[in-house]
Amino acid sequence: MAMAMMIRNAAASRRAMTPISGDFGGGLRSMSSWWKSVEPAPKDPILGVTEAFLADPSPDKVNVGVGAYRDDNGKPVVLDCVREAERRLAGSTFMEYLPMGGSAKMVDLTLKLAYGDDSEFIKDKRIAAIQTLSGTGACRLFADFQKRFCPGSQIYIPVPTWSNHHNIWRDAEVPQKTYHYYHPETKGLDFSALMDDVKNAPDGSFFLLHACAHNPTGVDPTEEQWREISQLFKAKSHFAFFDMAYQGFASGDPARDAKSIRIFLEDGHHIGISQSYAKNMGLYGQRVGCLSVLCEDAKQAVSVKSQLQQLARPMYSNPPLHGAQLVSTILEDPELKSLWLKEVKVMADRIIGMRTTLRESLEKLGSPLSWEHVTKQIGMFCYSGLTPEQVDRLTSEYHIYMTRNGRISMAGVTTGNVGYLANAIHEVTKSS
Amino acid sequence: MTNSEFSSSSSSSSSPSDRRIGALLRHLTAATDSDNLSSVYASPTSGVSGGSVFAHLVQAPEDPILGVTVAYNKDPSPVKLNLGVGAYRTEEGKPLVLNVVRKAEQQLINDRTRIKEYLPIVGLVEFNKLSAKLILGADSPAIRENRVTTVECLSGTGSLRVGGEFLAKHYHQKTIYITQPTWGNHPKIFTLAGLTVKTYRYYDPSTRGLNFQGLIEDLGAATPGSIVLLHACAHNPTGVDPTIQQWEQIRQLMRSKGLMPFFDSAYQGFASGSLDADAKPIRMFVADGGECLVAQSYAKNMGLYGERVGALSIVCKSSDVAGKVESQLKLVIRPMYSSPPIHGASIVAVILRDRNLFNEWTLELKAMADRIISMRKQLFEALRARGTPGDWSHIIKQIGMFTFTGLNPAQVSYMTKEYHIYMTSDGRISMAGLSSKTVPHLADAIHAVATKAV
Repeated sequence: MAMAMMIRNAAASRRAMTPISGDFGGGLRSMSSWWKSVEPAPKDPILGVTEAFLADPSPDKVNVGVGAYRDDNGKPVVLDCVREAERRLAGSTFMEYLPMGGSAKMVDLTLKLAYGDDSEFIKDKRIAAIQTLSGTGACRLFADFQKRFCPGSQIYIPVPTWSNHHNIWRDAEVPQKTYHYYHPETKGLDFSALMDDVKNAPDGSFFLLHACAHNPTGVDPTEEQWREISQLFKAKSHFAFFDMAYQGFASGDPARDAKSIRIFLEDGHHIGISQSYAKNMGLYGQRVGCLSVLCEDAKQAVSVKSQLQQLARPMYSNPPLHGAQLVSTILEDPELKSLWLKEVKVMADRIIGMRTTLRESLEKLGSPLSWEHVTKQIGMFCYSGLTPEQVDRLTSEYHIYMTRNGRISMAGVTTGNVGYLANAIHEVTKSS
Repeated sequence: MTNSEFSSSSSSSSSPSDRRIGALLRHLTAATDSDNLSSVYASPTSGVSGGSVFAHLVQAPEDPILGVTVAYNKDPSPVKLNLGVGAYRTEEGKPLVLNVVRKAEQQLINDRTRIKEYLPIVGLVEFNKLSAKLILGADSPAIRENRVTTVECLSGTGSLRVGGEFLAKHYHQKTIYITQPTWGNHPKIFTLAGLTVKTYRYYDPSTRGLNFQGLIEDLGAATPGSIVLLHACAHNPTGVDPTIQQWEQIRQLMRSKGLMPFFDSAYQGFASGSLDADAKPIRMFVADGGECLVAQSYAKNMGLYGERVGALSIVCKSSDVAGKVESQLKLVIRPMYSSPPIHGASIVAVILRDRNLFNEWTLELKAMADRIISMRKQLFEALRARGTPGDWSHIIKQIGMFTFTGLNPAQVSYMTKEYHIYMTSDGRISMAGLSSKTVPHLADAIHAVATKAV
């Protein structure tokens, strides 16, 4: 088959090489591809997991890899508020380009979620904000913006973090440093090391913070710890960039999940925020998000926004319409918004319930290890503490798929598979 | 309670509990005396009393194209006319959502099994295959031989940007040649992608047609291997396309110098009314077995502007190479936006896969193209009727959505001020924004500037 292909290709090339009448001899200069030296890229560590899962024929397979919510039947969910919004939007006659900065209405409603309904910053128009391609797009635009306007700066990224954060700032050509975050021994926050790193960073450094439900560890600072971090940031004049991808998903209460941001705002920081509706509204594929930067005054906000748009224009010109319309439809209607809040809480509660069940199951199996962290951690992910080798065993022996850092997507855990999962984890860890 | 006791830049003697007590005390102080707190504890450049790290920014100028609509929207005149952005308008001056798009949307809504999870990084796979077929032809040898990799991107802009970044990372020549003039966003896209932008002659102001000699000279002088951006049809902003014979010469020259073709196809079907005719230049290049890149947009030809639907195809020498290229494209896309939006691509897939919807679409597309061709004829006639000095035949010779009028910025400015007609300052008008009712107004304005010393 390959031989036939080669012969066909060679014949095609020979035909193409036949000179056609004209000044330039026609045909091709060389037989080889310009892309011959292109190396096959490694699979994305997160998205590659689902690819492998889909390829597995085992009936027992469990996907606790990618962070997309599943109901207790293991099925993806379209929220009722979204279905209703879709219904209302059907037959819309508007498909024109959004402005470069996206839907102003959607952005406005989104800022209220992060900054507070009655935020003085919104009233005073001090926030430069644009619609973005979900959280990824917001982070990338901020990184590009940081590169352009603070060209000597670096970004401090927690260890560990969502792997794509490294790709984003790398492609934006902003040098990266790391700061301590996860404490493997306690499977909690390494607060003192974190504070040391913040203190030792040069004044005015840029820091990436996960606003809530840290990905991949599920470990968040306490409110008191956030206050200390904020105070230290003030003393050091650091810039805080919050990635908030799980507002509402962590505790079930969006206001509570934004607490870290509110603390920083109270303390007077001029922060940046990336917001995503991928998980909390289940709008994954629509790619809806928002990037905001709090400025000194309205005039500066206008300038910053215009510069953010200058970065968006050569990337995609203007952001997609549909997802933004869904968000606006839901958030501007009190009934739909209230329905959404209920549905977010249901999702968060189910995950919290699964954490409890998984921990209790492991304890019941007589595991020699402590699984306290399963219920202490928060949000979609549990940093199990499993080693890559143990993860590999889970996959090869039990057809359980997760990323090799031992991150379990609790959204993929159901009453139907939690027993199987607990048993498998117990089996690969009981001799630890 | 001095600054030094609680400043974190003090010595390492403070323990975690010291720091916690410090924090607590600071909060108590803050509750009673926030002004003092800020002046004592905050350093000069931090939030409360200090400025933003972005204070040095100046406001960016309006985008020259999108800024036209911004200005138009501000104008209160009842006779204002927007000939700026290339978005199709009906004879009534209204935007148009195609019937097939409505039908496709309805189908999607009715399908309750549909879920809106993340698409793969490469986008909706069915959409990718159908898009490649649409532009390369269903019987394309490159498709048959599995040598094409196609990724869903955010309309034409996104396809060009992803392609540009891929080239900047993996291609040995980092220079791209773009036409003079070209769509205003092209140079920005490729510069930010990491390429060096050069130009090649294209438009001849004296004939208002193609400067073919200049084009051949400039491409002939290009460093071998350089990338060349080609407008597949309906050149933006000039509306001037090479003939098929000229395309053949361009192809031969480029292949003899190993120049890498990068096609921007934003108007397939919109130029002549025929999808196949408008794709011919691309298919000529693919037929010779060589490699190329193609950026496709569905913004105009399916009226899906705001949904940002497009595709980047890279035609490779072998399927093995195509596989590797695809894997590298994913590395470009993931840190940009992870995966593309699902809605618009789903609509396109529904239409392209259904024979009836596809046929219906070709009819609606032809109707749009025909209306534009009719506007060209009407404007040309209106200027002839007025005896407007000058040769205006380029209005009917040029093709696609835009006419490069030949008006200079002063004339354009005059037309905006006196006649409330909005266009980009290079004199480009969107024919799609015209109607039989508004042609006379435009003809009057052109006549005015052609006869005045503006």
